[in-house]
Amino acid sequence: MRKKEKRLIAAFYTTHDAMAFEEFCQEAGAEGRLIPLPREISAGCGLAWSAPPDGEGKVRELLQSAGITAQHLTVLEV
Amino acid sequence: MIYLDNAATTMRKPDCVVKAVTEALTTLGNASRGAHEGALSSNRVIYRARKSLAAFFGCQKPSQMIFTNNSTEALNIAISGTIDAGQHVITTCLEHNSVLRPLYRLRDERGVKLDFVHADRKGCVDYADFERLIRPETRAIVCTHASNLTGNMLDLAIIGQIAKDHGLLFIVDASQTAGAFPINMQEAGISILCFTGHKSMMGPQGTGGLCINGDISVRPFKVGGTGVQSFLTTQPEEYPTRLEAGTLNGHGIAGLAAALGFLNETGIDRIHAHEAALAKQFYEAVRDIPGVKVYGDFEAEERCPIVTLNIGDLDSAIAADELFCSYDIAVRAGAHCAPLMHRALGTEEQGAVRFSFGYFNTTEECDAAVEAVAAIAGTAI
Repeated sequence: MRKKEKRLIAAFYTTHDAMAFEEFCQEAGAEGRLIPLPREISAGCGLAWSAPPDGEGKVRELLQSAGITAQHLTVLEV
Repeated sequence: MIYLDNAATTMRKPDCVVKAVTEALTTLGNASRGAHEGALSSNRVIYRARKSLAAFFGCQKPSQMIFTNNSTEALNIAISGTIDAGQHVITTCLEHNSVLRPLYRLRDERGVKLDFVHADRKGCVDYADFERLIRPETRAIVCTHASNLTGNMLDLAIIGQIAKDHGLLFIVDASQTAGAFPINMQEAGISILCFTGHKSMMGPQGTGGLCINGDISVRPFKVGGTGVQSFLTTQPEEYPTRLEAGTLNGHGIAGLAAALGFLNETGIDRIHAHEAALAKQFYEAVRDIPGVKVYGDFEAEERCPIVTLNIGDLDSAIAADELFCSYDIAVRAGAHCAPLMHRALGTEEQGAVRFSFGYFNTTEECDAAVEAVAAIAGTAI
């Protein structure tokens, strides 16, 4: 098993928003990747964006620029 | 085979479409069903296709470009998802059964009232009829952009303005025109645009969609797996998930995206100019053959590359079979799923033989078809 580490996790209302955010971050050169939605956020399924834990300000800025609303934005050990 | 049934489906697809589907068949997982590279690859293909198609049709919100299996499914979703019991809908006699049957079902099951804008013997409508038929309870105008039988087109901007002036939904069936003519939902005042991917879009069968404008709420036609919010007992409300229960046709959508790339690179004006020239060449040559009767309005500036005809009293099915068996020419015969249009043209009994031209057809193929029609007319009449 990989060792758990703290990450900033952004969850979205739709997969479309998750894909749009991935594209936006890649174009902006922002660090992060899509992961399965952690159960601490929702017992459902879906995608979440995993970014460095100290990057909340940057992620909020990116979300705003992309015009995407995150359903959750929180630091978790994943 | 000389394939002149492009209004049914464009049988020959661009090479890039074949390549994209082939590649997708071994590289795409199930979109929205995991976060591994296979699933994400599929998600990315679908996401990009959605964005490109939304831009192509002038749909302001890419999340409201919904994938379906074809126009029929899109029209069912649009019609049944927006029209309530007791409301009134205006449609036309040009329609395909993909519009008519969903409307008849609403009439029978929800008491929805229907009125039809009639077509004359050339298949043309009087646009003033749309306004004349509006009642206080009218909810929508649902109509095709072009008749699949005659190739005659309706002016969407005129109808869209009428719908806008009266606060009506304007639902458009663009089965015959998407990919062949520029369609901008904003300019034409379209509320919901329904299209198929396998005709003039040149994509694979099993692809299509609807583009929803603004804040229109469309009830889900089907509910089920979405890959998100699994413990919710109802369908998620957000577009596109709201209307896309079940695994999407990622392989087909990969092909449709490639087809859209082909259309944009080649230019739909250029593609249409080639197809229109072939249709005109064919029409000019067959119209004067004794016994041949051509249907539709050929004085219109814009029309689909369709020439529909009959040869004397010859059953259209026999004519089409003769074209295929003796001349290796593939065309469509019969009623073309457009019963009201046949009634207007007076071809309910005989049906009609439809020649429809595509980008990969040639003038030589067109000449061969003219010769075949002339030969059949010479012996059958």
